[in-house]
Amino acid sequence: MQLPEGLRRESMPRHVAVIMDGNSRWARQRGLLTPSGHEAGLRSMKEFIKLCLQWGIKVVTVFAFSIDNWTRPKEEVDIVMTLIENLLKSGLDDFIREGTRVSIIGDTSRVPESLQRTICEIQEMTRENSKFHFIMAISYSGTYDLVEACKSVAQKVRDGVIQVEEINESVVQHELETKCSEFPCPDLLIRTSGEVRISNFLLWQSAYSELFFAKALWPDFGKNDFVEALASYQQRQRRYGSRYA
Amino acid sequence: MGTLCGSRLSELFGSLGSFFRKCMFCILSMGPIPNHFAFIMDGNRRYGKKEKMEEGAGHRAGFSVLMSMLKYCYELGVTHVTIYAFSIENFKRKPDEVQNLMDLILEKIDGLLKEESLVNKYGIRVYFIGNLKLLSEPVRVASEKVMKATANNTKCVLLICIAYTSCDEIVQAVHESCKNKWEEIQPCNSHKSCNGRIEEVDGKNIDDGIGHSVQELSGVQANDLRATRASTFCNDVAQGVESTDNGSGVVGHDAVHGSCDKWGEVQSLEASITGDGVIPYVKREKLAVNPSILKVVDIERHMYMSVAPNPDVLIRSSGETRLSNFLLWQTSNCLLYSPNALWPDMRLWHLVWAVLDFQRNHSYFEKKRKQF
Repeated sequence: MQLPEGLRRESMPRHVAVIMDGNSRWARQRGLLTPSGHEAGLRSMKEFIKLCLQWGIKVVTVFAFSIDNWTRPKEEVDIVMTLIENLLKSGLDDFIREGTRVSIIGDTSRVPESLQRTICEIQEMTRENSKFHFIMAISYSGTYDLVEACKSVAQKVRDGVIQVEEINESVVQHELETKCSEFPCPDLLIRTSGEVRISNFLLWQSAYSELFFAKALWPDFGKNDFVEALASYQQRQRRYGSRYA
Repeated sequence: MGTLCGSRLSELFGSLGSFFRKCMFCILSMGPIPNHFAFIMDGNRRYGKKEKMEEGAGHRAGFSVLMSMLKYCYELGVTHVTIYAFSIENFKRKPDEVQNLMDLILEKIDGLLKEESLVNKYGIRVYFIGNLKLLSEPVRVASEKVMKATANNTKCVLLICIAYTSCDEIVQAVHESCKNKWEEIQPCNSHKSCNGRIEEVDGKNIDDGIGHSVQELSGVQANDLRATRASTFCNDVAQGVESTDNGSGVVGHDAVHGSCDKWGEVQSLEASITGDGVIPYVKREKLAVNPSILKVVDIERHMYMSVAPNPDVLIRSSGETRLSNFLLWQTSNCLLYSPNALWPDMRLWHLVWAVLDFQRNHSYFEKKRKQF
């Protein structure tokens, strides 16, 4: 598939992560209620996934709902959960046709039961797909992910599966929720709406991710904005602390 | 005469500069000031190349700027400053460069103890944060000396991350958490009598019915020590650890053979009496709800950075926008600022800009703080 002008195929990121921030502000700016912002955000996400598929990006992780977001008004939370469930249900055929594997990361025990069932079903039915991996972070935080991983490691020590001395970075990384992916660490992490912080998203995994902070609110983040983020990524020299500049 | 005039003029400008700076800090202080700044001092080598300096000179120029930045921070009322001096990944650089850097670091660490140093002037307590075992002995000894010498300073804190990465810090924290758990059950020895004393006891009522599964692990029968360890470990770390005082002042604890299942029905247990230091078994009827084998507090307590609050602002110079394995855990909600200036080109106004940015975002930070 043809890439936009200026982008080099050999330097495209394998894994792109997105903090989809700005739905509420987008709605407020237009005199709309917050749910409209989330619906617009959902449309934006679908377009974004399409572009990633077309441009050969292998893995996309989206921060759909943070553990911190549970403190929001119940009506808003219910609407977001419904939107997510509808997206997963209605998108199942497309996911299968396009060879997309869908994974959900996060503490899904807190989401409504019907969504839990949908999550199980979609993960099961798309498990064998390998062309593209769509990871949705729902009720997720980087701290939660790390703590759960550390608990798993401690459990293995307790059960005698590994010794304390054998605990290393690889052991911890393999217990993170992103173990479902061949490429757990994002090459590029985009946050929209102009906020310049990670907000407890993929903490461990973004150790060496290139960060791009876009001013556009998520529902306005379109093809041109994405091209700008990718172009910025391709200009950067990734040294990982070791190579000469 | 000319030199004297020049020197006096220089002093005058210096004093004026200091005066204006203090005025500016007064104005800034009318709003909230960050407690903790963190710096990734990127761009020293590029600066050296740009200015056609000799090898290593860029780092020295960077060090001078660091001293200025520290001075500005502490004058402004910032209590904690963390700097990323040397990453574990940096050991992979060319050996000459690594050696030059270590020599510079050693020179500057020794300088911290001098009378006229910033440390003494501002009453700074210094911590060296990282896997210090990876450092050469002279550097490690020097850093331990500085930490000891400044241990009683209370005005502000400087945290120097050296031989550090966040991933290593987290792994070490998990190590220590697991080792601590094992140490607490060390004394419990096989089928011999064991004083089941535990230090931390959750005073939950035994009738709350928090229990554990008692399935025997296959192949574990001969290994009583392992079973007892596993059981005590399981009990110790699970939420709602039960305690029983068996009347002799020994705090016993529930024990099970084999490991705890996260989910599962609890079988009834029989007490096993082996003389003094009985480990009483208690009947349980309810199942354990996902025993909390480790908690956030366990990990955080063992982090190198547990000696300081989380940073409010992280500044990375040279325009690079990535964290490079620095304070990943601690900067989850931290404001990030990445000016284009190479580190030796950083000036006061970059710091001022970061403070203004922090003040603009302050209500967000307050909300986060209250949430956690």
